Amino acid sequence: MYIDPHIHMVSRTTDDYQRMALAGCVAITEPAFWAGYDRSSPQGFHDYFRQLTDTEPKRAAQYGIRHHTWLCINPKEAEDPVFAREVIALIPSFLKCESVLGIGEIGLNKNSRNEVEILEAHLDLAAAHDLMVLVHTPHLEDKLKGTRLIMDAIKNQGRLDPSRVLIDHVEEHTVGIVLERGFWAGMTLYPDTKCTPQRAVDIFEMHGTERLWINSAGDWGQSDPLAVPKAQLEMRARGHTEAAIRKVSFDNPMTFLSQSGRFKIA
Amino acid sequence: MAHAPVLLSKRALIDRSYLEHRAKVLDLAAFIDRVERASGEDGDDFRMRALQACCALLLDGKPHRAQRVLELLSDQTLDPIAKAGSKGATGAVPPVAGGAR
Ligand SMILES: [Zn+2]
Repeated sequence: MYIDPHIHMVSRTTDDYQRMALAGCVAITEPAFWAGYDRSSPQGFHDYFRQLTDTEPKRAAQYGIRHHTWLCINPKEAEDPVFAREVIALIPSFLKCESVLGIGEIGLNKNSRNEVEILEAHLDLAAAHDLMVLVHTPHLEDKLKGTRLIMDAIKNQGRLDPSRVLIDHVEEHTVGIVLERGFWAGMTLYPDTKCTPQRAVDIFEMHGTERLWINSAGDWGQSDPLAVPKAQLEMRARGHTEAAIRKVSFDNPMTFLSQSGRFKIA
Repeated sequence: MAHAPVLLSKRALIDRSYLEHRAKVLDLAAFIDRVERASGEDGDDFRMRALQACCALLLDGKPHRAQRVLELLSDQTLDPIAKAGSKGATGAVPPVAGGAR
């Protein structure tokens, strides 16, 4: 049994839901993200938020998987702050949906001033509605700098409890600083650009299993919706106990997400 | 660090994963050869130089290699940039960004 707390099912097939269910997936959470192209209007986001809050939960339910979501405009589309603020203004009307857990995945992409401004606007929205936050950290060479800038923005905002914020896509050079500052951290098992299951298990061995989870971040790129069960397999092969495996792939996401008051498994 | 011990012995880890990593070294060697054999002027690409620096780091005998490789490949500047010119990342620090190298 497992939870994949970060996967973009709008980009995956119904067959993937079936395969995930067969592999033991009981719940997922899907953050709003970049579609691979810039949307031409806020209305495009409105339709996307309907897909996330209405269509996907029904598609997942066919396979006994509980679907939840996080809403935002992703940092890749935050370089136009006027446009981004129009999208942010759409979010409050969706907060009444029971499957919306909070704001995400917000954060930075190229660490630009406009991205920081829109990150701060999202943090204000989360604080105003007492919402949890799921943070995307930048890719590759931009990750370390972006992770520092994001943690500073959250600290400066001052009204968000780090224990209700998960900073995702950590790797060996960022996991320590994220955990030290009281945040939750996510490891993403994604080909080439993020962690492998092997390295994720190394990180558990070096940093422990408190406030850490794993996810696939499966999306429209080459990615693996079964990455979490593959990491379970790697832990088992390396002699970790069933309790430890369950902790990182089920108990930890359950503990973090339950703080929303809205997270349920099927 | 060093929370939970590595549960498998050195020997068991090597038995399990040596061939996988032997293949990765061969891939890297063949990739460098392939770039060298190719035509064009980009033999001094910053990404290839970054890969060589990573290889050197692996041989320095110090621990936390994965973390240090990632740090070597990270933009170490602190201030937000004026504008995001593109959406993508290259995986090494371009010379203009004023990074670690
Ligand atoms: Zn994502």
